[in-house]
Amino acid sequence: MSSRPSRVLLPVLCFGIALLYLPILVLIAYSFNASPLVNVWGGFSTAWYAELTHNGKLLDAALLSLEVAVSASTLALVLGTLAAIALVRIARFPGRLLLTGMVNAPLVMPEIITGITQLLLFVSMVQLLGWPHRGLTTIVLAHVVFCTAYVTITVQSRLQAADRSLEEAAMDLGATPQRAFVEITLPIIAPALVSSWLLSFTLSIDDLVISSFVSGPGADTLPMVIYSKVKLGVSPDVNALATLIIAGVGACVIAAGVVMRRAERRRVLEARMAQN
Amino acid sequence: MRLTWRPSRWLLILPPLLFLLIFFLVPFGFALKISFAETAARVPPFTDALARGPHGHLHWALTLANYKYLLTDDVYGVAYLYSLRTAFFATLICLLLGYPMAYAIARSSRTTQGILLLVIILPFWTSFLLRVYALENIIRDNGILNTVLLHFGLITHPLRIMRTSVAVYLGIIYSYLPFMVLPLFATLEKLDATLLEAAADLGSPPWRAFLEVTLPLSIPGVIAGSMLVFIPAVGEFVIPSLLGGPNTLMIGRVLWDEFFGNHDWPVASAVAIAFLVLLVGPIAIYQYYNVRQLEH
Repeated sequence: MSSRPSRVLLPVLCFGIALLYLPILVLIAYSFNASPLVNVWGGFSTAWYAELTHNGKLLDAALLSLEVAVSASTLALVLGTLAAIALVRIARFPGRLLLTGMVNAPLVMPEIITGITQLLLFVSMVQLLGWPHRGLTTIVLAHVVFCTAYVTITVQSRLQAADRSLEEAAMDLGATPQRAFVEITLPIIAPALVSSWLLSFTLSIDDLVISSFVSGPGADTLPMVIYSKVKLGVSPDVNALATLIIAGVGACVIAAGVVMRRAERRRVLEARMAQN
Repeated sequence: MRLTWRPSRWLLILPPLLFLLIFFLVPFGFALKISFAETAARVPPFTDALARGPHGHLHWALTLANYKYLLTDDVYGVAYLYSLRTAFFATLICLLLGYPMAYAIARSSRTTQGILLLVIILPFWTSFLLRVYALENIIRDNGILNTVLLHFGLITHPLRIMRTSVAVYLGIIYSYLPFMVLPLFATLEKLDATLLEAAADLGSPPWRAFLEVTLPLSIPGVIAGSMLVFIPAVGEFVIPSLLGGPNTLMIGRVLWDEFFGNHDWPVASAVAIAFLVLLVGPIAIYQYYNVRQLEH
């Protein structure tokens, strides 16, 4: 579409972006507030950050969440990529519609429904098979489901956009289809793989509802601990923790974005040079 | 590849298919089964579907009592209708706010587009729970909003937003706005600019070109965005729980309390199944026919 300044659109855009960012900025500001009272500015302080390091429960929860997020997003990356390849490259197979449905449904399904049904599954499985015990395993399994959905959607759109002719050229030159895929298409979809792993990671580490249902005694993830703290009222050390999480995630996302953009530019450049 | 990978293609299809089948679809079967059970004072807290009679033979022990309970106890109907209404208006406001935003992004230059998209997506990468919590800092009785308004003398008493429907609306709009903007942007970006030029050449004023060309062509984006906001919003738990009050009883919260408060798993299962049948079912069928129509 053509670029044309607009007097109506721009203010709405600015308002919307302000709405998205204002609460986060306020939260970051409050995390440096020396006063424990939320409506009083008591000067700049990093005391709440220092306090975090002494909170063993919070640190345990953070470690559990990290463990869950790394395992779930890695498993989801494998399953989601397989599903995406199947859906894009195999035109017809039994269960295609089923797979499409199961990949899209978790994106809109209210978490509370998914959480309850998955807990009921795990409880019934324990009755029948004696496995899995509620805790790390069940949280990971439950997270892999919604993460797989996000990975599949991301990788799928990237694969659809990928140029098949390069792969075909490689096969004309004698490469096996597997090798052509691994050496030609895999590098092309690599940025999508990275970003979908990161997305899965953040979604997993952020999940409260599903984890609350499928978790067992003693296995509290970070959002579960934060939720119970916040439920009791505003606590300044949560502000500090939130700032750390937001800063960490923000830095990762921006770094990944820069790295991928650079890789993409190099790839386009190489393709252009190859054509000339 | 279609031909040569044939023997091994099930290696591709089966792992995700089986995994999602077992851990996403089959659980709904268990929920359905347990929604016909009764609560029992044991672990897990519900009766078996098959029970042993007084003479030792097995018989089905299923009951419709949980569904009857849903129909007779007002709280479920009220909460469900309240959730639908809240989600509907929140989706509408997201659409009214998100459409101009998506339109503005789609009309900006390539570089600006990339930056603006990152700006829209970035909050989505930060914790949902923390963002909802962050909103509380602003709308509390002694929060930023009231402090600023009081300071400038625009109000004499702090506005009471927390624990009201307004807080829930704000929470949903704030959290789900990116889900509305992104699909809208995707359709608006693909829009053929020459169509608008043609409309202008034929003497159509910009507003009419918008109503007759842009808007109809962006309907898929409107539907996709609305779905991504509406369905999760109906079942939303965190927002009404943290920002809402006793009057903002959404179905997600009722479900949570039934489960963690009353430990009534069968009724909670019945609520989940009813929710699925009443909300997700019709939308899934609609989508299915939509896709089939597109394919024809």
